[in-house]
Amino acid sequence: MSIVLQSPSRKASRVNAFIGRAFSRPSFVIGFAILALSIALALFPQLLAPYDPLAFDLSAIQQGPSLAHPFGTDNFGRDVLSRVIWAYRVDMQMAFFATIFALLIGVTVGAFVGYYGGIADTIFGRCVDAIITFPFLVLVIAIVAVLGPGLINMYVAITAVNWVYYARLTRAEIMAQKSNDYAAAGRVLGYSDRRIIFRHLLPNAISPIIVYWMTDMALAILLGSSLGYLGLGAQPPAAEWGVLIAEGRNFLLTAWWMSLMPGIAIVLTGLGFSLVGDALADLLRPKGR
Amino acid sequence: MSQIEKETVLDIRRLRTEFGLTERPLVAVDDVSFQVKAGEILGLVGESGSGKSITLRSILGIVRPRGRVKGEILWKGRDLVPLDEAALRRVRGREIAMIFQEPMSSLNPLLTVGLQISENLAAHTDLDAKARKARAVELLDMVGIPAARDRLGDYPHEFSGGMRQRVMIAIALASNPQLLLADEPTTALDVTIQDQILRLIQALSRDLGMAVILVTHDMGVVAETCDRVAVMYGGRLCETGPTADVIGDARHPYSLGLLRSIPRDVAPRTLLYSIPGAPPSLNALPAGCAFTARCPVAGPECRDVRPNLGTAGKNRQVACHHREQALIHFSAREAAQ
Amino acid sequence: MPSLSYLMARLLQIIPTFLLVMIFIFLFVRLLPGDPAIAMAEAKATDAQLEQIRHNLGLDQPLPIQFLLFVTNTLTGDLGRSIMLKAPVTEIILTRLPTTIFLALYSVLLAICLAGPLAFLAAARVNSALDVTIRSVFQVGLSMPVFYIGLVLLTVLAAQLRWFPVGGYGTSFLDNLHHLMLPALSVALYTSAIILRNLRASLIEVLDADYVQFARAKGLSPHIVMTRHVLRNALVSTVTLLGLSIGNLMSGTLVTETVFAVPGVGRLMLEAIFARDYPLIQGLTLTFAVLVSVVFLLTDIVQSWLDPRLRQS
Repeated sequence: MSIVLQSPSRKASRVNAFIGRAFSRPSFVIGFAILALSIALALFPQLLAPYDPLAFDLSAIQQGPSLAHPFGTDNFGRDVLSRVIWAYRVDMQMAFFATIFALLIGVTVGAFVGYYGGIADTIFGRCVDAIITFPFLVLVIAIVAVLGPGLINMYVAITAVNWVYYARLTRAEIMAQKSNDYAAAGRVLGYSDRRIIFRHLLPNAISPIIVYWMTDMALAILLGSSLGYLGLGAQPPAAEWGVLIAEGRNFLLTAWWMSLMPGIAIVLTGLGFSLVGDALADLLRPKGR
Repeated sequence: MSQIEKETVLDIRRLRTEFGLTERPLVAVDDVSFQVKAGEILGLVGESGSGKSITLRSILGIVRPRGRVKGEILWKGRDLVPLDEAALRRVRGREIAMIFQEPMSSLNPLLTVGLQISENLAAHTDLDAKARKARAVELLDMVGIPAARDRLGDYPHEFSGGMRQRVMIAIALASNPQLLLADEPTTALDVTIQDQILRLIQALSRDLGMAVILVTHDMGVVAETCDRVAVMYGGRLCETGPTADVIGDARHPYSLGLLRSIPRDVAPRTLLYSIPGAPPSLNALPAGCAFTARCPVAGPECRDVRPNLGTAGKNRQVACHHREQALIHFSAREAAQ
Repeated sequence: MPSLSYLMARLLQIIPTFLLVMIFIFLFVRLLPGDPAIAMAEAKATDAQLEQIRHNLGLDQPLPIQFLLFVTNTLTGDLGRSIMLKAPVTEIILTRLPTTIFLALYSVLLAICLAGPLAFLAAARVNSALDVTIRSVFQVGLSMPVFYIGLVLLTVLAAQLRWFPVGGYGTSFLDNLHHLMLPALSVALYTSAIILRNLRASLIEVLDADYVQFARAKGLSPHIVMTRHVLRNALVSTVTLLGLSIGNLMSGTLVTETVFAVPGVGRLMLEAIFARDYPLIQGLTLTFAVLVSVVFLLTDIVQSWLDPRLRQS
């Protein structure tokens, strides 16, 4: 069955029903709430952070968590909570930019390769085999090493590796959809290949890709903060969770909160993405399976 | 068939199997009673979800631990319901064996056929490895697998569907059971293969004096194979009796409908009868007769009052408040055709 | 056992993949912006010195010749000289590699010990309070980056409680187990979350499978049903998953070696990157690729040993 053949009103009511079912799941509601809060923090840190994240306060150096500073202060007296909140901006950006280009490139390549098959598919398969032979992080840091550290270079490096996973997934989905009757019907009607791929096959193949994207955004935050921690991602003094954790690394005994508090934000955001992703996977799974 | 009255080996009384929460259980089998005599083939007929497979699995206790079995299952006079797992294991496979619907998924794909037969022998006999192997060859031979000796080391995927079903029967027969529970043994097979397997089961029952409960949704299979038949609907029995009687002269509206839906001696291009509606789900069964919602002759009491399985002629039982109306209704239809 | 022809076919498959891997590594060093010679040389290097470095690296030859040189050198075990450590790359890697392999095996073992029993408990009572608790805890584990788990363990178990050393490498096997406990555990917590998820799902599927019901109907003892029928079948997909997560595992050891100052190839990779030591980076990248390929190959062999359906090549 093809979604594009349905009238808009039916489609709208189906979307409404879908949203209703999603919000009846506690795990989705929790995940959605976490993500909504994360986006709000990323968009309006100046309204929500209690202090200026860069303001030194030499009278309050490395103070433990208190009512005034729930996450404590760092070695310059900066409020850790405010720095964690400002870091949402960078880390949520990372989740998006480290994945979206990989998704666009991967889906396009995967769709064409899956649809046409043949020699392109064989070459693609070999390339995938070769790329997954490198551990993800090793390949990314090797590319970053050549390009130089920094956020933009990190996006380029992650995208250069990550698109393969989207392409592989899309290829498999398109191959499965291609054998359906409606695809043959489209060819009989004389539709162009591009129209069949993007208007008919892809809309039906997109659910698992969206689900994967959700988990991948969580992975991007893990990867991005790891690179930040290793000194290859976002650069200090930018507030990024991995960078914040690295800054506190030398004070684990005297000021453990400097390193441990930013991690809470990583775990929470990652949890938000994976809860929403899992719920979507459940909801979008074809019935009867 | 011999005229001597054979002894009853299995006597099931008020069997009830439920799943889920104790406060709000899903009752899959409800108040089911029937007997099986030695060497007899009983057909248990019904649509999917009617509780026939669960009935079989309840007998062996393999619905546990998720399912709760109540009532009495008297196997040669001994009640199986209160037995613990260890005691039940000495009955399973040894005295009562079972074969499943999907020969594809019921054999372990990772183990050789030889091992899957001999593990049964190891569990229930004192045979040593060599004797077990010899017996395994003998069993495969008996169920008609060519070159049995060479196939012991083969894996299930190296057999065809029909051959796999034969393998499963060979495994079940390993320790000479007196009762074989066959859960839709032919449903997944081609029609010609179906026939071969049914004849094999019949022959084995006759030669080994083994009783069989054959679960199926196919009245044709019953007509061909079974001595007696019990019709199930919504977890309950509707009608039992000798095969010829039930098929020739069904009394329950559901059995009548089921039989009408088989094309027999009808003119070409006549519309086949089909029972209106769909089987009820287990959590939406009425207090009364389970068939009420789809019954053409249901009265107001049917929904609330459970009809008892009452005697109706020699060796026959029917559970219906409106037997006469049912007969009239369906004979009228027959005449109209 | 898988047949010899299957193994040969699988080995032959590696060759084209590896040729591509070599091309990638080769192009990666040569085609990306920046002159490796400049990157390698001291800041105040003269043009003549740069020329010398280029010549030493064979960079003054045409690309195809360079590639051929690269392949033959690699095959003879010559990966060049490290600029940072002033020693042959092969030698450096071979002294550091055992530590990383030890660490990786250690963490896989810990992950299995952790996830295995819990997956059984969760699968035995699906959606019970215990199942939900186990799944939630591991879901949180999945959202924690390895370096963060490492720092938490370091702070609590090493710095505060002093149960384990804060870093380094031991001198004997038992000493190693003690020294590498925390770095291995950091990677294991993440890996075990992946294993638990998969093993639980496949156990639920297998426990419900017809052949397990059939095995019970045959009157087999619970022990035999469990080991011969349930475990073996559930293992197939878990082995696949473990094999496929070798890349993750290597990424994890790289991070954990950095956090705990373990002298393995992961930490070496990072040092090489900061020092822009191209021959070492190139050699290490190749080493990681070889490690992953070997594990993929082993996975295939174990899989085809477990599952006869995969033996026909």
